[in-house]
Amino acid sequence: MSRKRVVSATINGDLVEFLCEPRQTLLEVLRNVLELTGAKEGCSNGNCGACTVLMNGRPVVSCLVLAMEAEGAEIRTIEGVACGSHLDEVQQAFLQGAALQCGICTPGFIMQTEALLAENPQPSEDEIRFYLAGNLCRCTGYDKIVRAVQSAAAQRQQASHSTQATR
Amino acid sequence: MHAFDYQAPTTLREALELLSKPQQSARPLAGGTDLIDQMRVGRLTPEVVIDIKKIAELNALRVDSGGLHLGAAVPCYRICSERAIIDDYSALVDSCRIIGGVQIQSRASLGGNLCNSGPAGDSIPSLIALQATCLIAGPQGTREVPVESFCTGPGKNVLRTGELLIELRMPRRAPHSGSHYRRMIPRNEMDIAVVGVGASVQLDATGKTIVAARLALGAVAPTPLYAESASQLLAGQPVSDALIAKAAQAAREIVKPISDMRGTAEYRVHVTGVLVQRALQAAIVRARGEACDYRPGH
Repeated sequence: MSRKRVVSATINGDLVEFLCEPRQTLLEVLRNVLELTGAKEGCSNGNCGACTVLMNGRPVVSCLVLAMEAEGAEIRTIEGVACGSHLDEVQQAFLQGAALQCGICTPGFIMQTEALLAENPQPSEDEIRFYLAGNLCRCTGYDKIVRAVQSAAAQRQQASHSTQATR
Repeated sequence: MHAFDYQAPTTLREALELLSKPQQSARPLAGGTDLIDQMRVGRLTPEVVIDIKKIAELNALRVDSGGLHLGAAVPCYRICSERAIIDDYSALVDSCRIIGGVQIQSRASLGGNLCNSGPAGDSIPSLIALQATCLIAGPQGTREVPVESFCTGPGKNVLRTGELLIELRMPRRAPHSGSHYRRMIPRNEMDIAVVGVGASVQLDATGKTIVAARLALGAVAPTPLYAESASQLLAGQPVSDALIAKAAQAAREIVKPISDMRGTAEYRVHVTGVLVQRALQAAIVRARGEACDYRPGH
């Protein structure tokens, strides 16, 4: 009844084909089939945001997506954020601002921040807290995370200004 | 999760055929934010999951002379980013911005929120306030049901085996009208309503008298409620604090809340009145074409 099927999706820019059962979530497939273990399993019910990935540009909790639904989709995970050993502004800001302790929630926070900054490059503190409300962190108390997001946004603004200036 | 089959039909006809296959339990999948969790914990064990997101009718999102056509599978984020809905169906946007967090809003649909039929579903009071009807297709053809008659109990609704909710329809926004949804939760976001109130108000051209109003209440009874008498006592009356307080009292009289970890019944009755007043005031401000200083999560 639950036949395995081949699903093809673009994951971090690469066209990937994988075999999965209808009952497998995107999170399970990312972690257990594709060995992309950056997305974390926290609550498995959509509350904690640790498994956040971008699906067709939108942030989703991959524990509440069936892997079959990824057919034809464009998926971006934490593994696709850095360029080689060069961290992007958000990763750099989390590192420099010590916006993590145990780190389990960090990949989810970074993906959610990527989505936020793509949609709203200069978010207010209120907007940051509201957008990140679906990501839970039990270590930091959130303040350092919010500051890291502000710093990443500022870095990106600066970078885009200097790119424009050199043009 | 239990083993099941997955189908993603691209036409309504195929979907209805799959849904009405005998001896096979089926469940439609839109955003999956309720369904996948309920299957994970074993509360629902359908033999086939029918992904309805590839069907054009279920993705409709347009305003025409008949009003708003909202496909049952349209995710919240699309509703929030549509200018015509922000302007003319504000209560829907108020709801969609606070259903779960942003990740949930990327997937969750109002059709799903309604079919899940939770007493605290945040979109349902807004749909009732905006006079929405459900377009339901099934083996015997299509039928329409007003949203206030759709839910029949916690997790229960009027859908029969083989039927599928296709679209939510709302009439065009009347001149000088406005709407709002507000809920009470103990934190700023990501929580289930202790009480939720949807209000829509139509004023006369002077902005001083209420022509018609609709109030709906969530989380205070086994199903979301249309507060009919509270709505009707507003019609034809000049806007005043005393009138709004009278509507709040009438709403308090029809609620039958339970006591649970989110609040006692007594507290919910009290909060119903408070939120009716605030939702009405905000809807009136919007009906006058003024900006309402409501910020989601506050």
